Amino acid sequence: MSSELALIKRIEAYLYQEMSDEEMIQFEQERAANPALDSKVVAHLDFLKSLKNYGEVQDLKSSMKNFHQQLDIVALKEELQEKEPAFVIFFRKYKRNLAVAASVAILATLITLISTGQFRKASNSSTYNALKRDMESIKKSQNALIRNINSKSPNKEIAPSQFGGTGFALSSNGYLVTNYHVVQGADSVYIQNNKGESFKVQTIYIDPSYDIAILQIVDPLFESLSPLPYTFKKSSSDLGEDVYTIGYPRDEVVYGKGYLSAQTGFGGDSIAYQVSIPVNPGNSGGPLMDNRGNVIGVISGKQTQVDGAAFAIKSDYLLKAIENIPQDSLKKKLKINSKNSLASFNRTQQIKKMQDYIFMVKVYN
Amino acid sequence: MNKKINHSKPTDSEIILGILNNSSSILKHLYLAYFPMILQLVINNNGDEDDAKDIYQEAIIVLHGKIKSGDFELSSKLKTFIYSVCRRLWLKKLSQKSRFSGDIKDYEDYIPVEQEIEHHQEKDKQFTMMHSALKDLGEPCKTIIEDFYIHNRSMQEICEKFGYTNADNAKTQKYKCLQRLKKIFFNQKIEK
Repeated sequence: MSSELALIKRIEAYLYQEMSDEEMIQFEQERAANPALDSKVVAHLDFLKSLKNYGEVQDLKSSMKNFHQQLDIVALKEELQEKEPAFVIFFRKYKRNLAVAASVAILATLITLISTGQFRKASNSSTYNALKRDMESIKKSQNALIRNINSKSPNKEIAPSQFGGTGFALSSNGYLVTNYHVVQGADSVYIQNNKGESFKVQTIYIDPSYDIAILQIVDPLFESLSPLPYTFKKSSSDLGEDVYTIGYPRDEVVYGKGYLSAQTGFGGDSIAYQVSIPVNPGNSGGPLMDNRGNVIGVISGKQTQVDGAAFAIKSDYLLKAIENIPQDSLKKKLKINSKNSLASFNRTQQIKKMQDYIFMVKVYN
Repeated sequence: MNKKINHSKPTDSEIILGILNNSSSILKHLYLAYFPMILQLVINNNGDEDDAKDIYQEAIIVLHGKIKSGDFELSSKLKTFIYSVCRRLWLKKLSQKSRFSGDIKDYEDYIPVEQEIEHHQEKDKQFTMMHSALKDLGEPCKTIIEDFYIHNRSMQEICEKFGYTNADNAKTQKYKCLQRLKKIFFNQKIEK
């Protein structure tokens, strides 16, 4: 301890030249001879240097503190701060909040959409678009009222047909009409009357644009029908008119009543009426009748997701289609009935009389 | 986007000469001349005026030490040197605060100053150690040491100031103080 103090004394005396010349020479010789002593001297010098440096930095700091007070920081800041548009500042400040809010909003939207089934609807509306592109065929097959009999009554003894619709007689000698989409792609077509008798029929004419198919009974068992009680209306019918239809949405004949609700069909289609009437798959091809026993249309389809919007091909288009049949392709003359025997009857009697002329169309393919 | 700051500045060689001669007015001139540049750098890169002040003063200490140690070669403008040191220090601080977004908006050219920063950090550590060692030393030793070694007062003055009967007594006291300071300082170093 005391030797260290003595050493400090000697080093200090040496540094501040407070020694005699002889002492100094002796010290230098000792330093040269003794590395341990030398390193102590160096360390001491270093220490004094850091002490000196400490003092300088301390001084510097206090003068800088002094200088700094002379700066007008507020004005400088004002001058040097880069001005950002208000919304950028706002965005920076609330970046996180905005992100959270946006996520919550998106999540909430998704949950709402999923829970309300909007996604399923969205996929429907995409077929709706496709439907628009290819109006005639896609629309009709989409909403067609063909009944898939297989799915309804798989356990019938006779070979079940795969699709079913309704057809009705055009003349007593075995011509019938149904929708083109009912018999489209069929291998063979049979009709069945309300007594359960089946006859084989042949498609003799189709008009896909009007969705009309003319069938002829080719079964040898078929003789002929009694004269038709109903007629076909050539002019168009008026809105609000009471209408009814008879068809085979089941294996049983079913009556449906409604009114004519618009002069055009699906998507403004002018060949059809819109009818507010309960119809189901299997009603396709059924007659749309007015009060006086005139056929005013052929039931062809309905719009999904819209209440009471069924469609029926106007009778004048049916007649046009019949006119277009090349006469030489017909084995028997197709004469459209022009004598109405239903006008004076009430509805139930009309239905009773008509039933014999309305058939279930069974399609195998 | 860069706004150039125009202030009348002393030339670089004037500043170096001034610092070597401990000229307070030159130092002040230097300080006031370049602070706005650093303020601009810091406040436009996620900092405030206090951050600017801290890193600027640190950079001035680096420059000051470098000039005083005599190894300052005027290889770049002082302005560039100060800017580079501040930029480096600020990047360091930003990454410590993890406020660093990956890019920094620059206003001046800059040069690599890694060595200077490293050297400075070593010196800064010693400064802190010396500061706490002196604090632990207590009075009157602290003042005696400071007066003699830092403020270059003569033993005669110190002797009078503290009322020692003669200079030799004061000297002995000074040696004892110095010995104790060294002990505190180096013990601290071992601890760390």
